[in-house]
Amino acid sequence: MSKPKFAMYWAAACGGCEIAVLQIKEKILEVAENFDIVFWPVATDFKYKDVEAMADGEILLTLFNGAVRNSENEYMAHLLRQKSQVLVAFGACAAQGGIPGLANVSTAAEIKELVYIDNPSVQNPDRVFPVERFEVPEGELDLPHLYDTVRALDQVEDVDYYIPGCPPEGPQIWAVLETIIGILKNGGDLPPKGTVLGAGTKTCCDECSRVKKEKKITGFKKPWEVPWDPETCLLEQGIICMGPVTRDGCGGRCTSVGMPCRGCYGPPPGVTDQGAKMLSTLASIIDAESPEKIAEIAATVPDPLGTFYRFGLAKSMLRRAKV
Amino acid sequence: MAESTNGEPRIGVYVCDCGTNIAGKVDVPAVVEFAGSLPHVAVAREYKYMCSDPGQEIIQKDIKEMGIDRVVVAACSPTMHEPTFRKAVQSAGLNQFLFQMANIREHDSWVTEDPVEATEKAKHIIDAAVHRVVFQEPLEAIEVPMNSDVLVVGGGIAGIEAALKMADAGHTVHLVERDPSIGGHMAQFDKTFPTLDCSACILTPKMSAVGKHPNIKLHTYSEVTEVDGYVGNFKVKVNKKARYVDIDKCTGCMLCTEQCVVAKVPNEFNESLDNRRAAYIPFPQAVPLRATIDPERCLQLTRGKCKQTCVEACGPGAIDFEQKDELVELEVGAIIITTGYQTFDNERIARYGYGQLPDVISSLEFERISNASGPTGGEIVCKNGEKPRSVAILHCVGSRDENYNEYCSRVCCMYSLKFSHLIKEHLPETEVYQCYIDMRCFGKGYEEFYKRLMNEGVVFIRGRAAEVTAASKRQAETEGKLLVTVEDTLLGVVRHLPVDMVILSSALQAQPDAKEVAQLFGFGCSSAGFYIERHPKLEPVSTVTDGIFIAGCCQGPKDIPDTVAQAGAAAAGALALVDNRTVKIEPTISYIDPEKCSGCHICVGLCPHNAIVYDAELDAAQVIEAACKGCGVCVSACGSNVPVQRGFTDEQIFAEIEGALA
Repeated sequence: MSKPKFAMYWAAACGGCEIAVLQIKEKILEVAENFDIVFWPVATDFKYKDVEAMADGEILLTLFNGAVRNSENEYMAHLLRQKSQVLVAFGACAAQGGIPGLANVSTAAEIKELVYIDNPSVQNPDRVFPVERFEVPEGELDLPHLYDTVRALDQVEDVDYYIPGCPPEGPQIWAVLETIIGILKNGGDLPPKGTVLGAGTKTCCDECSRVKKEKKITGFKKPWEVPWDPETCLLEQGIICMGPVTRDGCGGRCTSVGMPCRGCYGPPPGVTDQGAKMLSTLASIIDAESPEKIAEIAATVPDPLGTFYRFGLAKSMLRRAKV
Repeated sequence: MAESTNGEPRIGVYVCDCGTNIAGKVDVPAVVEFAGSLPHVAVAREYKYMCSDPGQEIIQKDIKEMGIDRVVVAACSPTMHEPTFRKAVQSAGLNQFLFQMANIREHDSWVTEDPVEATEKAKHIIDAAVHRVVFQEPLEAIEVPMNSDVLVVGGGIAGIEAALKMADAGHTVHLVERDPSIGGHMAQFDKTFPTLDCSACILTPKMSAVGKHPNIKLHTYSEVTEVDGYVGNFKVKVNKKARYVDIDKCTGCMLCTEQCVVAKVPNEFNESLDNRRAAYIPFPQAVPLRATIDPERCLQLTRGKCKQTCVEACGPGAIDFEQKDELVELEVGAIIITTGYQTFDNERIARYGYGQLPDVISSLEFERISNASGPTGGEIVCKNGEKPRSVAILHCVGSRDENYNEYCSRVCCMYSLKFSHLIKEHLPETEVYQCYIDMRCFGKGYEEFYKRLMNEGVVFIRGRAAEVTAASKRQAETEGKLLVTVEDTLLGVVRHLPVDMVILSSALQAQPDAKEVAQLFGFGCSSAGFYIERHPKLEPVSTVTDGIFIAGCCQGPKDIPDTVAQAGAAAAGALALVDNRTVKIEPTISYIDPEKCSGCHICVGLCPHNAIVYDAELDAAQVIEAACKGCGVCVSACGSNVPVQRGFTDEQIFAEIEGALA
């Protein structure tokens, strides 16, 4: 009997998710033992045409990482959906839009302008931009079309499960794979569609080892602006920590070394818009007497959009009015 | 009985005409027709007055006969009739929280001009209520046991009155007063307007009744530092400041005060017009009549070195320099706050010369000067000891003035009249000028008192005084006098009144720490610092925190009769609670599932009613049901939407929004 087929794909992402899979270390051998790896561009030499040639639903499990921001990403999202029984949005970009989602405050044209013209290290007096099609003697070369709007995987295709994190933690990845392997071997039901796998059901605060007390913020600080204190809740120290609005599962790794949670595991159950929720939470604990003082404190938030929506802008309720 | 067979809700919608209040603007039949077409609506009806008995009976009949299991009444504001309809629904056997009110009067017919728009708006409002009521759940009021003891904070006339009322009713009353004696401002006054009763003569019997009452536990020289808990079960911490005198041993003989070597301590009770000793009893009728040693002035306590003549003089050996502040914990069912007021700092209006010109004095200083037990033995004299031949009384100092306090202090006109009378009584030849904006003599017998004063030769000048200056030495006839510049707005001339004494009728202001006190007890303060009552008309002595009442000038400037009336009302309010064995609490409160809570503590410090505690065992925040008021602060603050406010769940609110926008 042939082994079930496994695929992994890298769309608009940094590559960290690919590395993260290797965080499962020697367990990767168990994956290879239980699955037939049929497509994994970063690790194996299969081509798109190999996938195109497969029957629908031939792949059992596809881990799709990265957001969808160009025509190639979108094509592959549709293709892998068609060929896979289980499509998993793997990592913050696929699940939430991730850091590429922050591009949604600009248009594609603006981004190109910045990269090819306004960039201080670029000299481009002739305004040469990459073109999507180019004729060469050997034939036509093409580049994917860059979209104005970056989308999470489930804004493009039907997604079965989510594994959050930037990147997902190794032990969590293995836990998910182990469960699936277990079900394949011993039978049993897969979790309900839409389940967030490889994460908890509370917030990062639940795993964070720091001591939490009542919070009253009189000013926001950056991590290097406060004396080293491994005990006190970072938020209580005035450092914006997304822990209270972020799903647990990472083990509180960032906060344990004095860095605030950035929110990569996405919102906890029951919360739709992670950034808006953080605003609501922070606004509740700002300690000020007057509107002027509140404004003064709020002005100390470094990069509000990038802080509150670092991973979640694409999926947030904030949508661009027009492009 | 017709019942819903498929588990689907059966909603009854009842649209009220409210006479012509609603039907005069809104096309009610069209609205009823629309309501009848909404999903799950089994019946929609119109009636002239839904709140009337026959109106309520329509609903009750439908519940019983048609199996209506959700009710929407489209009528007035829920503030008006929500309780009416809840009761009607409940008595027909349906849980009262399966009812929703749609306000198509205050929110619609009264405020919308176009009848077509008003009708459309009514449809949206009803649509919202119908969408919402589908998700409403039956809730039951929560019952908790009631502690029958009460706490009164502030021992002025309001606190004294409230404490006596409740103690007479058989309840143990803890009366906490910041100063060494109860009595408050009223103890400083000479006479009271308009009856000219001697203030001390009517107050001191009440003070001593407090001191002797078996049910009153008096905590003087003490302050509340912490309040926890909720109606029926407040836990209060009181700091009893060290007075360095064992009040059980002290007999109030005053020998220590006579022997104390520190003689030049400004006497607060006499507005610093004379001095007291470091060992002192604030005034002869003080309750308790016990000495206090001023820790800031006593040589032994400040320098650790003194002859200790007080200790020598004290027969019973009551003086104890080792005494420490003591924290007392009280448990009470209700609290009455009667923390009073302070008077306006006259020096803020520099042009009146207070603090610069010796004979420009405050109203409280005049109270003490004219008082027979005051620093001058009741002789009305200037600083040089001479009797003033002319006195100007300037009204509205710090009141009715956008630069200081916009409000009217309500008592200054009347006490100014009283001052005029007292001056005329002591010194019939002395000219008295009243510089006023308007005479506000609105109380019982007040206008009559004003008339009486007009016949006593007092000169009334309508105009706010511009300034008070020392008259030039070059003009012989006014030398040594104060010149009051005032525009007489009735004559249209600016006048310069040469007088010997100027009395500033200072505004009544909130206590300097009013905001902290309000925060401590969990209710609000106006921008002026006066405590905010739950309803200005119908609940003038209740606060937003159940079981906490306010009375007297801490709620706003008022005279003694109003203060005493409020104190009585607050006592009645508190008694109506603590006379019950249990207390019922609205169930529209927050709930935290410990399985979902991450224990981040964000909500714990935010709850304005101290209703959230962190349970270390569960590693989760927990709501004390009896303390929660359902304000929703925790709901919006929680990063993971764990707190659920019953009756206001996300599901219900989103459904309501959906309906409103449909």
